[in-house]
Amino acid sequence: MNAVISVIGKDKPGILSRVTNAVADVNANVLEISQSVVFGYFTMIMIVEIDNMHCELEGLRELLGKTCPDMETFVMHEDIFNSMHRI
Amino acid sequence: MLYTKDFMETITMIRDENLDIRTITMGISLLDCADSDIDVSCKKIHDKILRCAKDLVKTGEEIEKKYAVPIVNKRISVTPIAMLLGASGGDPIKYAKTLDKAAEEVGVNFIGGFSALVHKGFSPGDRELIASIPEALACTSRVCSSVNIGSTKSGINMDAVKLMGSIVRKSAELTKDRQCMGASKLVVFCNAPEDNPFMAGAFHGAGEPDCVINVGVSGPGVVRAALSKLPKDADLLQVAELIKRTAFKITRVGQLVGNEASKKLGVPFGIIDLSLAPTPAVGDSVAHILEEIGLEQCGACGTTAALAMLNDAVKKGGVMASSSVGGLSGAFIPVSEDAGMIDAARAGTLCIEKLEAMTAVCSVGLDMIVVPGDTPQEVISAIIADEAAIGMVNSKTTAVRIIPAIGHSEGEELDFGGLFGSGPIMKVNEKSPLVMINRGGRIPAPIQSLKN
Repeated sequence: MNAVISVIGKDKPGILSRVTNAVADVNANVLEISQSVVFGYFTMIMIVEIDNMHCELEGLRELLGKTCPDMETFVMHEDIFNSMHRI
Repeated sequence: MLYTKDFMETITMIRDENLDIRTITMGISLLDCADSDIDVSCKKIHDKILRCAKDLVKTGEEIEKKYAVPIVNKRISVTPIAMLLGASGGDPIKYAKTLDKAAEEVGVNFIGGFSALVHKGFSPGDRELIASIPEALACTSRVCSSVNIGSTKSGINMDAVKLMGSIVRKSAELTKDRQCMGASKLVVFCNAPEDNPFMAGAFHGAGEPDCVINVGVSGPGVVRAALSKLPKDADLLQVAELIKRTAFKITRVGQLVGNEASKKLGVPFGIIDLSLAPTPAVGDSVAHILEEIGLEQCGACGTTAALAMLNDAVKKGGVMASSSVGGLSGAFIPVSEDAGMIDAARAGTLCIEKLEAMTAVCSVGLDMIVVPGDTPQEVISAIIADEAAIGMVNSKTTAVRIIPAIGHSEGEELDFGGLFGSGPIMKVNEKSPLVMINRGGRIPAPIQSLKN
């Protein structure tokens, strides 16, 4: 099972590092990352494998909220995207 | 391959455009709780609701966290209580209090089914239940009530229509110190669906399984946002196509949540009701969709045509996205619950007569309309009769949820708070329909009923 993490906010050094550290802390495994910076705004989408994660998605959500308090972070199960955008 | 655009679209829908699952409603049959002793019957009801729904709220919250999509309400619908009252006799208020207590204990915000189906006539228990509705709604906070007074197959029970005029008034009178809230929890139906998950009209029909999960999805804001990106000269075929595509995506979320809830609770999945259900929140309005299509304000000439297209496109998009679509499915037009409708009513652009025309093409009927407190009961009955006639002839569900603002008159407003919103008091035609309403009897089933 995979989850999708998205992070949006003002660009500055160290965002990706903080996110990946949080992901590693809960034993989720990064599969893919897409990142861009447009007009100073950082947008990143990351797919992580959550089969062996130590906590629920809520736990990862809280952790990301704490490690990136000045960014908007979203954590969702991948199925919602598959349902909406794939037939 | 990462489809960034798709991910961002879903996130934007939830974060900025109010995409939500409006309700997960568990339908519970109470037929096996019927007993000739009302106290025994009430105890069985209480125990069964607690047994079936004890994990409903928790499961809803778990799914909410997994997908990060808000599930606004967790609710319960039950077998029309008049059926149990017919077997037990006794004081119907006992049933209302039992439902209210059970709902509170399992943590749902509404429980629907304090209902009677009298479209062709009254059977034992029906009159007693209907007479108790005003008190039941005044002395409980979670119980919702509905009465089906007509159908395409059976015509309109005009004795029941007459009765409901006074019951609606009394429901408002008994709660006049609480913004007449009683009447906002009472729906009078024609062609009531048995699997509707939306309140206040939800009940669990006699043809339904023992226990079932129905899901109501919403998302007027998502549709409006999608339409706002279309150029103003895009033709209406393109508009309809875009609504269909958006409705498809919204409904797929509902299907996902419904399947998951059904699996976790071990209860069969019933239907998805793919309704555009507005809330008073900014950006969550059906009226604003109509305005986005190209009307200066909801209620202008052209509103009925735009709504007809919207309602149809929502169904077409949704039906492809789900294995089982039911309930009301379409666009709701509750005045007090829709920021755009409230503005249009305040401005005088939207009147009851225009709303009535709109109900011929929307998914339900005259919904959350506040009328002057001195509106006579026969006028309320006549409004119900008009609405039921539209439903009967067009083989569609219509309903009336109208709130007489006791002690207030045209130009003032009632503020219900929360999802119920606030409603300006709308002008009602004052000519009397008294003689017609007093005739009673039945409007026979229309020729459309003879399809066999």
